[in-house]
Amino acid sequence: MSAIIILTAVGIAQIMLVLAMAIVAIRIFYGPRAQDRIIGLDALYINAMLLLATFGIGTGRTVYFEAALVIGLIGFVTTVSLAKFLMRGEVIE
Amino acid sequence: MIYHAADIPVWGAILIASFMILGGALALIGAIGFLKLSTFYDRIHPPTLSTSWGTGGIMMASILFFTFASGRPVLHEILIGIFVTVTTPVTFMLLARAALHRDRADGNPDVPQPRIGSDLQGPN
Repeated sequence: MSAIIILTAVGIAQIMLVLAMAIVAIRIFYGPRAQDRIIGLDALYINAMLLLATFGIGTGRTVYFEAALVIGLIGFVTTVSLAKFLMRGEVIE
Repeated sequence: MIYHAADIPVWGAILIASFMILGGALALIGAIGFLKLSTFYDRIHPPTLSTSWGTGGIMMASILFFTFASGRPVLHEILIGIFVTVTTPVTFMLLARAALHRDRADGNPDVPQPRIGSDLQGPN
């Protein structure tokens, strides 16, 4: 019973997160300027991290936690360096 | 190490499911708002839904799941929650500053101009 409840909720949450990633990808594709695409990439990273966390709950394995943590770290560094590039024209000066 | 969902009591499963659906729904609402709003300065707000309670709900569900399934407190998902909560304002602040700088450099009249005497004036 509890397995059915949890697996149904995992399926619904995964469908919603994949829809969110698809919508964000539409904005990345059509985004009018570069800053829209960068913020879309950041939202895509966050949603992928949440999707990996739901995979971890659905399979009962703890290895997905490390993958989610690494994706969160890389997403932060990516967005900060891209924002720096937009601001100054180069990343390391 | 694999934990099974069948080891969890039903009230715990309902709690986990509601937290997870809350997180997923907030992420989806944030993405829809990110697509629908019209200007960049409006669009910078909706993704924070998925970084505040979207992340919070799903990480809370993960904490509860592994705590119930293993029978001991498992709290390492708090790391992701704290990290995302701390870093999201930093990245969005940097992006907003960069976008404002680009709009001012383009001569866009819709953005506020720098105050007289502020350090944002001049070649930045």
